[in-house]
Amino acid sequence: MLDELFTIPVIVGILASGIRLATPYLYASIGETFGQRSGMLNLGVEGIMLMGAFSGFYAVLLTNNFWFGLLAAIIVGGLMGLATAFINVTLQANQGISGIGIFLFGLGMSDLLFQKLVNNVETVSGFQEIYIPFLSDIPVIGEIFFNQNILVYGAYLLVPLSWFVLNKTTLGLKIQAVGENPAAADTLGVSVTGVRYFTVITGGVLAGIAGASLSIALLNVFQQNLTNGIGFIAVALVYFGGWRPLGVLAGSLLFSMINSLQIWVQVIGIPIPSDIAVMLPYILTILVLVISSGRFRQPSALTKPYERSG
Amino acid sequence: MKKVVGLNILLLLALLLAACGGGTTGGGDEGQFKVAVVMPSPINDLAFSQSMYDALTTIQGEKGEENFEFAYSDSMFVVDDAAAALRDYASQGYDLIIAHGSQYGASLQEIAPDFPETSFAWGTAGDTFGIPNVFAYEAFSQEGGYVNGVMASALSESGTVGVVGPIEVGDAKLYVDGFADGAEATVPGIEVNINYIGSFSDVAMASEAAQTHVAAGADSLTGTAQMVVGAIGVAEEAGVPWFGTQANQSSLAPDIVVASQVYDWTVVLDEIINLINDGTLGGEAYVLTLENGGLLIEYNDGFDLPAEIKDMAEAAIKGIKDGSIQVEIAE
Repeated sequence: MLDELFTIPVIVGILASGIRLATPYLYASIGETFGQRSGMLNLGVEGIMLMGAFSGFYAVLLTNNFWFGLLAAIIVGGLMGLATAFINVTLQANQGISGIGIFLFGLGMSDLLFQKLVNNVETVSGFQEIYIPFLSDIPVIGEIFFNQNILVYGAYLLVPLSWFVLNKTTLGLKIQAVGENPAAADTLGVSVTGVRYFTVITGGVLAGIAGASLSIALLNVFQQNLTNGIGFIAVALVYFGGWRPLGVLAGSLLFSMINSLQIWVQVIGIPIPSDIAVMLPYILTILVLVISSGRFRQPSALTKPYERSG
Repeated sequence: MKKVVGLNILLLLALLLAACGGGTTGGGDEGQFKVAVVMPSPINDLAFSQSMYDALTTIQGEKGEENFEFAYSDSMFVVDDAAAALRDYASQGYDLIIAHGSQYGASLQEIAPDFPETSFAWGTAGDTFGIPNVFAYEAFSQEGGYVNGVMASALSESGTVGVVGPIEVGDAKLYVDGFADGAEATVPGIEVNINYIGSFSDVAMASEAAQTHVAAGADSLTGTAQMVVGAIGVAEEAGVPWFGTQANQSSLAPDIVVASQVYDWTVVLDEIINLINDGTLGGEAYVLTLENGGLLIEYNDGFDLPAEIKDMAEAAIKGIKDGSIQVEIAE
């Protein structure tokens, strides 16, 4: 039984599946990383994902064009991000509580709109797997890495991109400064409000795309509570990843690969009780977090609203 | 500061009044039978909740709107919200209140004794808690599972069939066990790969599970609960036949859905309503079976099912109905 697990086709299946599963987590958690590095905690990621998922889905349903769907998700995600930024930065609400509010709004609104506008179990024709000449044909490697759809590739390209922005650009420097010591950044002429609005809106856009990756790429369907907690795991993954894109990538992959593994374990028939199998990704992620915690310090100004004094 | 507080109190009072005033009052006619139902998922989930909603709509169509009215609260996946809704309906004077979800059992145990004049029905479960105004109902979904298993294994050329299950509990487990039993009885030695995704609603996991089954060689698939829409999408893309349960799922993938086990709750509801009209408010447990017509196998006309496989299915249905086939449920 166990030897069935270590065959090439199964390992290929697990890896390909894990890469696919990690996609929404990556988009959402990279987006949240930007926000948290600038000091803003957004617990409403799940709600923004759901609104993005529905908007993308509905746009594709109407226009049959998945690019329009992606655009709709970006716009709606950005608007929700704007609202979040307004509530947390300008109105200086308690970020934990306002995040839950945004989550509930996104959950309820996406479901309400779905019931009113669609009200049926429908599938759409979303992003398909793309074939890359030569690369897709490589045995094993090609199947795992080069047979995914474009939103999957987008998620992984986001990692080096966000690393570059955060660590090698002036903007990234400003984001870090605002997240560590907003008062000092302010005296040096950095617009704390401006930077925070930017990161939170970016987080919203990415969360919207995360939702769309589910509704118009991977699953091609919308249902109430489609994301089922992915947004909250994504926030946890930011902590897990030490507020660094590479760490977030590691966390997303760890979680998703183990999830993919437990599905295969069950399908092959290895006698692990299904309840335990389903718990595995969460348990292992917590274990790794416990072992590696304390290595990274959180941004000093995280969750603290900034008000210019004097 | 005082002004703001005063304004807030006024606002709160206004909201409270609005909340009290709203909601269905259940009509004022004498003789109109009023039913309220609380469900864990949307009424158009093509699965659990839809089956109950469809049944109530059917009954309303038969009896007429002047004689039968029903209100519903769906998507009540948070049990506390459901409990509040149940209590709310009870205090509005409904004749029958249906708690359509086994997770509502504990709440019902507390609520039902507070409203001894109201009848409650709880499903899917067999326990009425010994409370005189509680009915219980469940579905022997292993029967339809068996029939689906017969067809799935007969159709399979690879010798492997796949099952995407939600949580290993209740009628989901019954269905999966029945399916495995039917498959093994028809093609001894067939590989029935089963996985449970740990949720009734995680569409992404269901989709990934279906992909895994297909990659592991399954060429017939089935599953239960509202998350199956993710699995059906994968089945359609892979061209793999799908067997549905709880509701007729042909509309979702007309090319690959072979047949669905459909729950017809009217069988149970009609009896309960008659008992209530005669003055009995509870104490009975009901089951949907193939034999009493509560479970039906509906074939998808759009799928080209070979005649001999359909005959095998019909033989299985007949065997279960007359008792010659006993469907085994794993412990």
